[in-house]
Amino acid sequence: MLVRPKPGILDPQGQAVETSLRHLGFGVDDVRVGRLVDLDVATDDPDEARAQLDRMCQQLLTNPLIESYEVVLAQEAAAV
Amino acid sequence: MTDAAAPVVAVVVFPGSNDDRDAQLALERLGARAPRIWHTDDAIPAQTAAVVLPGGFSYGDYLRCGAIARFSPIMRAVTRFAANGGLVLGICNGFQVLTEARLLPGALRPNASLSFVCRDVQLEVTRTDSAFTSRCDAGARLTIPVKHGDGCWFVDDEALGELDEAGQLLLRYADGANPNGSVGAVAGVCNADGNVFGLMPHPEHAVDPLLGSTDGALLLGSLVDAARLSIAALV
Repeated sequence: MLVRPKPGILDPQGQAVETSLRHLGFGVDDVRVGRLVDLDVATDDPDEARAQLDRMCQQLLTNPLIESYEVVLAQEAAAV
Repeated sequence: MTDAAAPVVAVVVFPGSNDDRDAQLALERLGARAPRIWHTDDAIPAQTAAVVLPGGFSYGDYLRCGAIARFSPIMRAVTRFAANGGLVLGICNGFQVLTEARLLPGALRPNASLSFVCRDVQLEVTRTDSAFTSRCDAGARLTIPVKHGDGCWFVDDEALGELDEAGQLLLRYADGANPNGSVGAVAGVCNADGNVFGLMPHPEHAVDPLLGSTDGALLLGSLVDAARLSIAALV
């Protein structure tokens, strides 16, 4: 799961990283720092896995007021 | 027999709470009985008139501050207690827990400065007819310390306007004193019913002249008064 601060939410961590990257000479903008949660789900069914991951994100892994999330299944990622 | 003169204001202890004893001491000095109750308890003790969620770092503050404490057994009980009109005060980490539990609006993010702030701040009391500010004078300015890394309260502009309109933004940082970048310089907010309140400053650390200020006693004393009244109403 990729968890990101929602657009419009102040992200001081992203700003600090952006400043540092610029000091290193990189031309970057709009740096946002989120969170990656890696886990194994006890099912082989991608639909069931996705449903469970959605519930995890909504109940605990994100605060929907300030964060958005994206689910990436490794099985699917490998198939691409 | 309930003793309305010394209302019970229970202080919740999570693993990682560290201001529970200060809260207990302050409340006792203000005339309450203040038993500490454990996070695995699944009920608020009978006769309890108010519950305080203290400062600290509940469950290590992993993931997001308050996100894990929200699912503790005591929080299910606190949620029922609040739904029945019980008084609930969240201080600092307790405020974070209450927002994660959706008992209070908004969310607390890392300070805009990314620095931990630990100092006295000036606060403005926006109304004095609440259960948490009744001992304050209208327009009062309080000196109370903050000490937090994640105190940047956020709601969107629309919600901020609605909360302001509804009179739920009980405390604001004075001009130029916003230590964390909170929207609207909000330091404390209550729910629509006015029985749940959270704030980032620590009133329990400002109850003795030796600590530099006694203004915190105005807020905690207001809570003790309200707790006393709520018990008197039941007798």
